Amino acid sequence: MSRPRTPTAVVLLSAALLASAVAGLALGPVRIAPGQVLDIVLGGPGARTGAFASIVWDVRMPRVLLGAVVGAGLAVAGTVLQALVRNQLADPFLLGASSGASLGAVLVIVLGAGAAGTAGALGGIGALSVPAAAFAGSMGALVAVYAMARRGGTMTTGRLILAGVAVQYVLSALTSLVLVLAAHPDQIRSVLFWTLGGLGGARWDELALPATALLVGTALLTALARPLDLLLAGEEGARTLGLDTGLFRAAVFVLTSLVIGVLVAYSGAIGFVGLMVPHAARMAVGAGHRALLPVAALGGAVFLTLADLLARTAAAPEEIPVGVVTALVGGPFFLWMLRRSTRVEGVAG
Amino acid sequence: MSGRRPVELAVEAVRYSVEGHTLLHGVDLAARPGETVGVVGPNGSGKTTLLRCVYGALRPTAGRVLLDGADAAGLGAKDRARRVAVVPQDAAGTFGLTVREVVAMGRSPHKRFWEQDGPDDVRRVAEALETVGAGDFADRPYDGLSGGERQRALVARALVQDPGLLALDEPTNHLDIRYQLEVLGLVRALPATALLVLHDLNLAASYCDRLYVLSGGRVAASGTPAQVLTEELLAEVYGVRTRVTTHPATAAPNIVYLPPGGHRAEGGGPGRAG
Repeated sequence: MSRPRTPTAVVLLSAALLASAVAGLALGPVRIAPGQVLDIVLGGPGARTGAFASIVWDVRMPRVLLGAVVGAGLAVAGTVLQALVRNQLADPFLLGASSGASLGAVLVIVLGAGAAGTAGALGGIGALSVPAAAFAGSMGALVAVYAMARRGGTMTTGRLILAGVAVQYVLSALTSLVLVLAAHPDQIRSVLFWTLGGLGGARWDELALPATALLVGTALLTALARPLDLLLAGEEGARTLGLDTGLFRAAVFVLTSLVIGVLVAYSGAIGFVGLMVPHAARMAVGAGHRALLPVAALGGAVFLTLADLLARTAAAPEEIPVGVVTALVGGPFFLWMLRRSTRVEGVAG
Repeated sequence: MSGRRPVELAVEAVRYSVEGHTLLHGVDLAARPGETVGVVGPNGSGKTTLLRCVYGALRPTAGRVLLDGADAAGLGAKDRARRVAVVPQDAAGTFGLTVREVVAMGRSPHKRFWEQDGPDDVRRVAEALETVGAGDFADRPYDGLSGGERQRALVARALVQDPGLLALDEPTNHLDIRYQLEVLGLVRALPATALLVLHDLNLAASYCDRLYVLSGGRVAASGTPAQVLTEELLAEVYGVRTRVTTHPATAAPNIVYLPPGGHRAEGGGPGRAG
């Protein structure tokens, strides 16, 4: 049941997404007036008139689009993970899924590049093997964290976070090991990208897969809004309300890992988007997933578009990895949530 | 509001052990369609364990639970939820879902996963909210409610589930007396069969057709309240002294608790044997 606030939130966020996208296309080393950006965009990719058309279409647009897609997907994945573990401190990054995806991606790039003797550009190795490995890595990490955090049917916040951190450390260490042992020096820079998270590698011909993963994943998960809501009633509650929780949880873990894996393959591990955005979206439209997931997707798109704009421009001409920007905002937010949640848990026993 | 047929419940020699401890030692229990059956007994006697075996949260180590003669262990979660609704003691941490949204969850067993609530569901939810007196706080977050308000919301959720068997775990322990009477009256009036775990023996006596008294994971006595609630049995099972009379207004057994014997009476308070 969506609330009256939902349409308002969708309209406002769509407007914000449009505005932040225009800002993303306009700002950078070369500043282009917003009006001119709109002219160029509305003129279509074919009509390359004016000096700035190439900057807008070829350089900035794929990056803005990838940022929006990744932000939306991480927010959706975070929302769903939070329902799966029934804890609002869950996030693809904090639960190790992004690190798992990174390790998978790095392994394929390094080994694949080694075998083929190329420099390891994403598309060069068989377009699907990197996202597939990232999916496997994120799935493996999530299953490991879930299994460790859940003992005897209960899952405390502390155990969940610790399991996530531990898995994240192990996976990051393995990623570093692979890099040090196997990577060519010229690969290290491109692979470092996964550990920090960045959208600089965005290319038109690599947008289709992440966009498809986002749209299909969000559509399917929104269709599953009812059982996702039921998870909030707790394990036993959901079962007595008719949900086969084991089967459903497994299916949603796979689906979420797929979204995370595909996105991380293109953007690297960007943290905290999936933590903050779902929280804000819940405050706006409530916890029912039918309204929450689309609103979180829009919110995530806006957030990461703006974060990437900041990452590109704040220290220009140097570029800050966008994962650093989201961590600088998200870390304190996480601590604030942690304080709140331990207070609540303390009361509940 | 129920169009469903009341379920006949049979619990046959149900035993439940966990980590070497046996919590139920072969319990038999039966409830005829439409009957209101109470389960009473001291703390740790296995009441909640028995209830959880009945509604499928626990799988009995031995024995069977039959719903209309069919083994409940063979039912899928959804089939079971269409027949059995549960009012748990509490359910917390719903991320800010409203009371109305929590109550609407009760419609899920009758819906496809992707199906939205239709006008009929919305009407049933609104009716159930009014029935339990939760209309006023229907659009507030469930997490922010008092224990009693939550309990009424969970009763409403079970009502919209339209069950043939209602399993209630101390449905009145957070309620003030008016709502205790209302909720129990409501449960009795439903066409569904009801199995309730209750602490308050006087309420159990007035609202249940039959009672099972559990003690140490075994059935110590069963029968009508008048047959079961005797001074001897209460002394044996609960270790308390009582005076049981037939209440002139309700014709149900009426239990008055006496202070423990001797002059330790002042310090004792009502006896609560574990």
